[in-house]
This record gives sequence, C-alpha cells and structure tokens, in this order.
Amino acid sequence: MIANNHIISRDGLSRRRFVMGASSVLLLSALPFSKASLAQAVSQGLTVLSGKVFNLSIDYKTVNFTGTDTLATVINQSIPGPVLRWQEGEKVTIRVKNNLAVDSSIHWHGMILESKMDGVPGISFEGIKPGDTFEYQFMIEQSGTYWYHSHSDFQEQTGMYGAIVIDPKEADPVTFDQEYVVMLSDWSDEKPEDIYAKLKKMSGYYNFKERTASNVIDDIKKNGVINTFKARSMWNKSRMSDRDLSDVTAYTYTYLMNGNTPEQGWQALFNKGEKIRLRFINSAAMTIFDVRIPGLKMTIVASDGQNIQPITVDEFRMGVAETYDVIVEPDTEQAYCIFAQSIDRSGFAVGNLTSDLSLTAKIPMLDDAAALAHSDMGMNMKGMDMSMPDMKMPNKVGMDHSSHNMMPEMKSEPAMNMSKMPDMNNMGVGMLGLAGFGSNNEIKHLSSEFGAHVDMRVDAPRSGLNDPGIGLRKSQQLFGRKVLTYADITGLKPTMDKREPTREIQLHLTGNMSRYMWSVNGVKFADAEPLHLNYGERVRITLVNDTMMIHPMHLHGMWSELETGNPDFIPKKHTVLVQPGSKVSYLVTADALGAWAYHCHLLFHMPGMFRKVIVS
Amino acid sequence: MKIKLLIGSFVMSFSSLVFNASVYAGAQDDPLLTKVMIDQVEIDTGNENAVAWSAQAWVGYDLNKIWLKTQGERAEGETETAEVHALYSRAIAPFWDLQFGIRQDLKPSPSNEWAVIGLQGLAPYFFEIDTALFVGENAKTALRIEAEYELMLTQKWVLSPEIEANFYGQNDDVTGTGSGLSDIEAGLSLRYEIVREFAPYIGINWSKKFGNTADYAAEQGQEKSQTQLVLGFRAWF
Repeated sequence: MIANNHIISRDGLSRRRFVMGASSVLLLSALPFSKASLAQAVSQGLTVLSGKVFNLSIDYKTVNFTGTDTLATVINQSIPGPVLRWQEGEKVTIRVKNNLAVDSSIHWHGMILESKMDGVPGISFEGIKPGDTFEYQFMIEQSGTYWYHSHSDFQEQTGMYGAIVIDPKEADPVTFDQEYVVMLSDWSDEKPEDIYAKLKKMSGYYNFKERTASNVIDDIKKNGVINTFKARSMWNKSRMSDRDLSDVTAYTYTYLMNGNTPEQGWQALFNKGEKIRLRFINSAAMTIFDVRIPGLKMTIVASDGQNIQPITVDEFRMGVAETYDVIVEPDTEQAYCIFAQSIDRSGFAVGNLTSDLSLTAKIPMLDDAAALAHSDMGMNMKGMDMSMPDMKMPNKVGMDHSSHNMMPEMKSEPAMNMSKMPDMNNMGVGMLGLAGFGSNNEIKHLSSEFGAHVDMRVDAPRSGLNDPGIGLRKSQQLFGRKVLTYADITGLKPTMDKREPTREIQLHLTGNMSRYMWSVNGVKFADAEPLHLNYGERVRITLVNDTMMIHPMHLHGMWSELETGNPDFIPKKHTVLVQPGSKVSYLVTADALGAWAYHCHLLFHMPGMFRKVIVS
Repeated sequence: MKIKLLIGSFVMSFSSLVFNASVYAGAQDDPLLTKVMIDQVEIDTGNENAVAWSAQAWVGYDLNKIWLKTQGERAEGETETAEVHALYSRAIAPFWDLQFGIRQDLKPSPSNEWAVIGLQGLAPYFFEIDTALFVGENAKTALRIEAEYELMLTQKWVLSPEIEANFYGQNDDVTGTGSGLSDIEAGLSLRYEIVREFAPYIGINWSKKFGNTADYAAEQGQEKSQTQLVLGFRAWF
C-alpha cells in the first residue's frame, strides 16, 4: 500500500531538526538593507513549547498588522500562539489563565479526548471566567498536525489560535530532514462583531468582484444576447450572485502566514537535497486557501493529522480548520514561494522557502477569480455551458429526474461517481450504501427547510469527491497543475472499524445568503434539539449542501471517516469540506460518550450552522 | 379605531422581538441590529431651494424588524410634503418582508393618518420592490409601488433606474390628489460608491401627474410634468 517509499518508511527514526523559522536577528543581517531598515517588516518565527505541562495565558494585546494599532486577544502574547509539541502516549496538563474581561476557552481541534476537556463553552464545560485558570488534562492517543483555538464569541478572529504537533510513539512513517509549521490565518482591524453585522445588513459588503455591465457585454459578444440571457436567467431568478465565493475578503483581511503579513514574508530555510515537511494549518476565521509552491511538487502525506497514502500534487485547497502535511524536496539552491491565495483571489498569504536568506522568490500573480457554475447550485443542465471542462464527470446516472425547486422548468440529474461502486446486487444492508462508498439514499428536504430563512434547496446534489472545487477545475487544463481532490485521499492505515453503518443521518446545510442566516436542516442552533448518537454505533452522516457557499464541517470528539471509495483504507478527518450543491458522506464510530459540538467552521456561519451531538 | 388596533398588534409584535436566546458555544447568532439608510438627499440643480429626501431605518433581528420610513420635499424654505411610516416587518419568504403599521403625513396639512400594509423585498432579476396599500379615515385608500434596479457599471459606479407610481381611491381637494393613477416619478441616477456606506450621485428625475391629479395641478397653475437634474448622496450605517 505504500506508494512512495522514498518518503514513507516504517522502520527507523528519521534524522530531523525542528525549525520554526529563522531568527529575526539573523534575518536583519542577511536581508538587503531596504528590507532590513523596516524593523517590523521582518519574518517572525513561532515559539515552540514542549513537555507535559503547559501554562498558557489569554490576554489583550495591541498589535499592528496593517499600519493601525488594534486590540487583539492573544495566547502567550503572540499571534499565532505557541506551537505545542506533544508526544503520543503521554498525558499532558495545560493550565489556561484567562486575563480577558470576558469568558474564554481553548478547544483542541482534532484531538480525541474526554468531552469535558474539549473546551466548548456550554457543551463540554462552562468556559473560563475572567481571571480564572482552567486545567485541561488528557492522554495523547494520536499523532500528527492539529491546532487549538478559542471557542468563545469571535475570539478566534482576533488572534486566538496556535499549532499542535504530536510526535508518534512508533517510528514516523513519514521521513524528513526538517519541518516547519505553516499556519495560515486572516486578520482584520475591524471587530468581528462589526463584520458579522455588516454581512447581515449587506451580505455582499466585502465582495468587490461582482458581475458588472462589462462582463455582460463580453458575454453578449461571445454568446449572443439570447444565450447570455439564458445563462444569467437562473441567477437572476434565484437572486444570487455567481461571484459570491467568500463572504469576507481582502477588503478587510490581511492574510497571515505564521503571523507574518505578505509584506513581512515568512522565511524558512532549507539545505539542498533535504526533505522538508511542511505542516499546513488553515486557522483562518473565514478564508479558504489554495496552496502551491511554484517549482516544487508537493507530496501530501497527512490530512487532518492522519497519515494518508502519499499523493503528489501541484496545488491543494485548504478548507478552514483543515490541516495537510506536505513533503517537498527542493533540489536547487534558490528561493521558492509558498503561495496561499484566498479562494476568491482577493489576496494571499505568502512565505519564502529558501536556501539562502538573501534570496526572495517571486510572488506569482493571483489567479483569476472563478464564477460559480449552475452545477454548484445542484443543477446539471443539458445544453448549457457548465464552464468546467476538466471536471471528472463519470457516467451520469439518469435516475429520478426531479426538478429543482428554483427552476421548475429545468430538469436536473444527479452525477454520481458510480465507477467505484460495487455490484448493486451485492448490497446486503438494505437501502444503505456499503461502508466506504457513501450514501445512495434519496435526498429529502424536511419541512423545516422551507420558509423565509432558507433561500435554496438542492434536489440532485452531485458527489463532491471528484471535484477540485470552484476556481481549481481549470488548473490542470490551463496551468498543468494537478490539484488534490477528496477522491485522491486514502488512509495509510487500514480501517479500524470495518462494520457496515447501521443507519444514515442526512443533514442539510442551509441558509439564506442575503439575510445572512445559517442553519442545519433549516433549524438554527438556538432552536435545535441535539443530535443523538448511540454509544458504540457505526453511523453514516451524509451532508447535503443546500447553499452556494462551501462549508467546512467539523465534528468534535470522533473521527469523520470520509468515504472516498476504498472501504479498507478510509481516511479519517476532523473537518470535511462540503462543496456548494454537493453531498459528501462519512462514517462515524460513536465511541466518545458525552456532548460534542458539530458545526461549520466558517466563524460567521458557526453561530447558526451548529448542532450539539450527544453520544449516550 | 382601526389604527389603534394596528398599533396594539404592532406593540405586541415588538415585545416578541425583544426575547432572543443567546448561543453559548460561540458568538450570538441573531443579535439585535440597527440599520439606517439614507437613500436620497438631493437638490434640484434648477432650483437650489428644492430639496427631496427619502430614508429608512430598521431595528430588529433576522426575520422580525421594526421599520421607520420617511420621505418628503422642501421648496422655498417650506416643507411641501413629509410623511413618516412606522412598521412592523416580518419575513414571509426568502426575499420578502410583509410590513404593517401606520403612516402619518405631516405635510400638506391638515395631517393625514393611514394604516399601512406593505410588501418589501427583492423580486427575480434583482428588482428592489417596495409597495404599500394605505387605508385612511373615511375609507380613503392609496397604493404606492416603487421599484429600483442597480446596474453595476464597475465595482464602484452604479447606474440605478427607479420608478414610483401612486394611485388613490378617491379625489382629495386638500392634497390635490385624484382617484386612479395620480402620478409617476421615474429617475435615473449614477452614483459612485466611495465606500459601501457613502455614495454621491447625479440623477435625472422625471415626474408626471395624471387624471384628476393633473386637473388639480392645472387649477393651481402647476406643471403637469417636470424634469429635474439632481445632485445628492446615499448613505447607510
């Protein structure tokens, strides 16, 4: 099963050094003086704390990322907070002191632990009151790259996040010479409450890539008046914008890499011929990033902390809260640009992977922003330009030609990947699809999904697995870049729980974009009953995205075992991107007693698109 | 009286707004917000003493809000028309709010009171619609339909055609309005959004009175139709 032996070896510890970033003193002397003269415009490294006992403090701190002093909430005086380096098999104690004037909390994202240590106020504990110290203590029973963040108010947006790196008890199957954490985030001088209020008053407030008259004229020149009108008709009727890729953009955000602005530019050193492990973490509040390193192939070895069968790509998308571990092997002495552009292409976080600190890689141009296709609304319309020529659209299965609720006159059809499905006759579990292959249940909209609070429903969602996603579908065709898809991800270790799911829970991600309301099955968190899982059961959760936004869904406490078509090596994730108008399924073994949070990790979707899960 | 009943239901609806469960595991989902929109403050370039305004404000939650609306005109230092609406607004469809409450016409005097039932929202093809039926004392009725479209020339320049039509159920000597279609006002404005919240504009307004309203105007020696070049601004916060 090990595809890439020069990277993965199960025997023998690898030689490695852990470097979080070059020291600023070294940089000052090594950089050209124009840059060195700007004392602030210098790459900041991350602090690393290791051991078994940790003391963290949450404080207010004035920071300046944009030229304006702004009050942040910080962990141990820095953004990001310190990297916590743990060892699998050990018990860690983390004392967190809250020096804020309001309640706070820290949630250990992706960690499998007791419910009361999970750090979600109102679900796992009461939160940390001002002036109080909370002692977290838990066994580390996993390894890999994770992160932590506040789960109170919008504190994550104002700087409360940091990386977790856990060394495995056994030999690391991934060998490397050096490693760096690459933590991506988004910073705004605006208060997050103000951003949220603006979105509620005008949902397109931050979008300065709206369709304009000149786009319409271009379309008319290219396709004629009638076809342009037809192509626009669905958007016009549904009153939605096909340019709505990101609710919050670089208009207010400055994108950070390990706490460095693009002007500062984070720096990482390598020696020629070394294997460098980059531990990418998307700790942004609202920004989905597309990552690439021009000139280097990236071999992805882990997703959400869990090792996967290595896959080499040129580009990958990081949903908010996802982590990807990547091996690169630069073989020439030069500077390479670590380029993470926001999904809407309004800005980027950037760093320099260089053999010499005096070298700086050229920063690539932002790619063009894409527009949503009709298929992103759960529609697959015949005779219309899908604007996605490189999409892997396997054998379309023409079943259940149900009409889309917004466009009763247009027929849509599901486009599911049947190529990997086993013979239908062999299905022994009634209506449920076999473990590893996802759902074949009917899509049902509950009555709670109808009303002023929900602006669209998708009757024929496609599988989100093979789709690189909006803005990346043409990467192969236009730039020759291979882009990671979920279908490419296969677990490195065999599936632990090989039972078939005994039931399936279909959850619809719903919302009203213009009113900026978000919910699950049309019911917002404040009004929702908890979702119950039976202790010990193997259950399938199928998420149906009835919106035009991507939602990174995060289940606390238990793995989301993503069904990508290989039942024997199901990859385990903690955060799963659900693409617009698409569905995705994963299996969950409900082995964690207690109450857990389950929500969209986009910070401004989370208040509504949230469920409490009770395992009992 | 009808209006008092309406006010009663209005107050009751508002009290149901005030309670809002807080969400503990993160930030508050549906906070109490306010928005003030000055859609129009403009002067007539042909007559700089003539000023027109139109503004709205709401306070409330995602689906339930209190709206205040006002519009009017001043000329030669005197307020010619001025009306204020206070409405309870409830979302009835993804893009539509049903609104009901009261309208008080401060000018021309003596003042008129109306009960209001309105529908405000976004129609397919992105037409912003604000339409209301008014019922006043002695079974007086009026209907107003407003529609606006925003064509984005660039991310900052917006060309916006707008139309308003008023209908009345009866003749009214005092206000000079006649039954049936009374007047139509059409405008085309070009604005530049310096920031989202503030945009100066230049516009052309054309208005015409019809039927009995036109006859009233003729009696008063007023023009039946009028074209104005206006300068103004839009703002919201």
